[in-house]
Amino acid sequence: MRAWIPHLLRAALLAVLIAFLVDPGWFDPLLKPLVQDNAPAIYNQGSLLTLTLLHLRTVAIATTGAIIVAVTLAILVTRPFGAEFLPLSRSLVNVGQTFPPVAVLALAVPILGFGEKPTLVALFLYGLLPIFENTLTGLTTLPPSVMEAARGSGMTDRQRLFKVELPLAMPMILAGIRLSVVISLATATIGSTVAAKTLGEVIIAGLQSNNIAFVLQGGLIVGALAVLIYDGFSAIERILARRAGLSTRS
Amino acid sequence: MSIRFDKLGVVIALLIAYAVLAAPFATFRANRIVPGDANGILDALPAGAGMLLLGLMACAALIVLLKTPTGLRLVAAAGGLAAIAVFIGMAATFLTPPSNSYARVSPASGFWILLFSFALLAADSITRLRPLPLVRVLLLAITLGGAAVVLMSGLWDGLSILKEYSGRADVFWLEAGRHVTLALGSLFASVLVGLPLGILCHRVAPLRAGLLNTLNLIQTIPSIALFGILIAPLGWIAVNVPGAAAIGIRGIGAAPAFVALFLYSLLPVVANTVVGLAGVPREANEAARGIGMTDRQRLFGIEFPLAMPVILTGIRIVLVQNIGLATIAALIGGGGFGVFVFQGIGQTAMDLVLLGAAPTVVLAFAAAIVLDALIEMNAPQRERSRAA
Repeated sequence: MRAWIPHLLRAALLAVLIAFLVDPGWFDPLLKPLVQDNAPAIYNQGSLLTLTLLHLRTVAIATTGAIIVAVTLAILVTRPFGAEFLPLSRSLVNVGQTFPPVAVLALAVPILGFGEKPTLVALFLYGLLPIFENTLTGLTTLPPSVMEAARGSGMTDRQRLFKVELPLAMPMILAGIRLSVVISLATATIGSTVAAKTLGEVIIAGLQSNNIAFVLQGGLIVGALAVLIYDGFSAIERILARRAGLSTRS
Repeated sequence: MSIRFDKLGVVIALLIAYAVLAAPFATFRANRIVPGDANGILDALPAGAGMLLLGLMACAALIVLLKTPTGLRLVAAAGGLAAIAVFIGMAATFLTPPSNSYARVSPASGFWILLFSFALLAADSITRLRPLPLVRVLLLAITLGGAAVVLMSGLWDGLSILKEYSGRADVFWLEAGRHVTLALGSLFASVLVGLPLGILCHRVAPLRAGLLNTLNLIQTIPSIALFGILIAPLGWIAVNVPGAAAIGIRGIGAAPAFVALFLYSLLPVVANTVVGLAGVPREANEAARGIGMTDRQRLFGIEFPLAMPVILTGIRIVLVQNIGLATIAALIGGGGFGVFVFQGIGQTAMDLVLLGAAPTVVLAFAAAIVLDALIEMNAPQRERSRAA
């Protein structure tokens, strides 16, 4: 009976988020107590909705690139001709995760200049790792009986990959994408330190003018987006996992 | 006998060839912010030295290209890294006009590609050799020691990043201290609080979901926002709680940074403690109860040692993450290497950015290797105690 409560909370969060983005003025009384000396309580140097959409666009572009590259790489190193690269790619993934996002961002600036490009590169590189790791786990931990059956039924390598391996690994791959997106949503805010148009602008404007209301609204919008997207992905994963479970049983 | 090529070797040899023949090795700039002139290896080095470096790189590429013993490949990687380290220092001395303190020489794309190629080769050889954890830490120590020797010898003094350093050596070490204090201090605090919380969650099931979900929510707040949000409550505490200001709690500065890092660290510590304790085999616990161990004895004698590798994995995640995130503390006046990164971004002085970013990466990398070794050294003990 209590199963619908989380759904209700999520719907309410989505409603509040949309209301805030469409007409932040309604929330002015809530944020007003946080600012001093008649400073504006609602971000006034640009539209929050536009910034949110730009933020999402940046994350979407970087993640799409990361998905394509990471999944392709993971498929290559799990084929016989790429097996030589498997141990190396594993340790590279481990090393890659030790690079702090700020460092990646800062180091991309000399090559790409200020703006959206270094942010995209940092998000892309940082997003690769969870997706690659999960795709690899998904592809290397398939039940041997299923693989055997696929081989026995005379499927070609390509058919096996697209009809058996990838569908079965899909829930794992999606879990990697979900992690990657949530990390990117938060990391994209740092992009605004190198002049990328993201919600980080709101937070940094707040930090510079000592305006807690700005910091709070920037942070909460990103947090709400992350929670909603995380839940959305989890729901898709559950559906896919159920399907994969059914298809292996039949 | 046919010649056999190494697949990864082909990639690395191509990278080396491109870096040596087509990419610039060092950049010369008249001062720290103007765009510079890129120089290939032969232009960047005295005539003999340039040819020598080309020869060395050709040798390395050949060793990499063919199927050679892994030990030799590791030696080639180490030799390659040492060679580019020495020659970039030489290029700096060679390119800088005498008694000109404004000119800057920095490594260019060719150098970075070579660095990446040899690091890749080293990583591959080390992965293939599967050294023991202690050997890996030793290799790390040797590498860091080698870099320290080169730094002390003054070979790199002509490089732009060290020119940035020499102007602010005192500040550098001050910020380095702050960075490490922030990262390690918040890790220590989160272990101190997180371990008991994890045990509590393990014992009291109804708490688990609620606490872990709350900690999960904290992770979704972007770091720069969390740092900023904490300014208000800590500022309030500093004014209203007697003695708080005296121990360094302030609205801006290190205090909110410390609390933010602490909050981010809690989830991995608590979650891994819960997972680790849940993974303790039931028989181990029952045997312990059977021989009359008290709850406390069981916790410290059985459960903790068995859960240790998983808990250490959580601590590794936290330490590496904290070292990276501590750079953001600079945005709210908390100090750390981020000071140089953000100053550098503000002045478009990329050497300064590098002065902040490079030590952060080295620190995070070293921490990861040491903790990975610790985790691995704890794992076999677990097998042994299980067998006993």
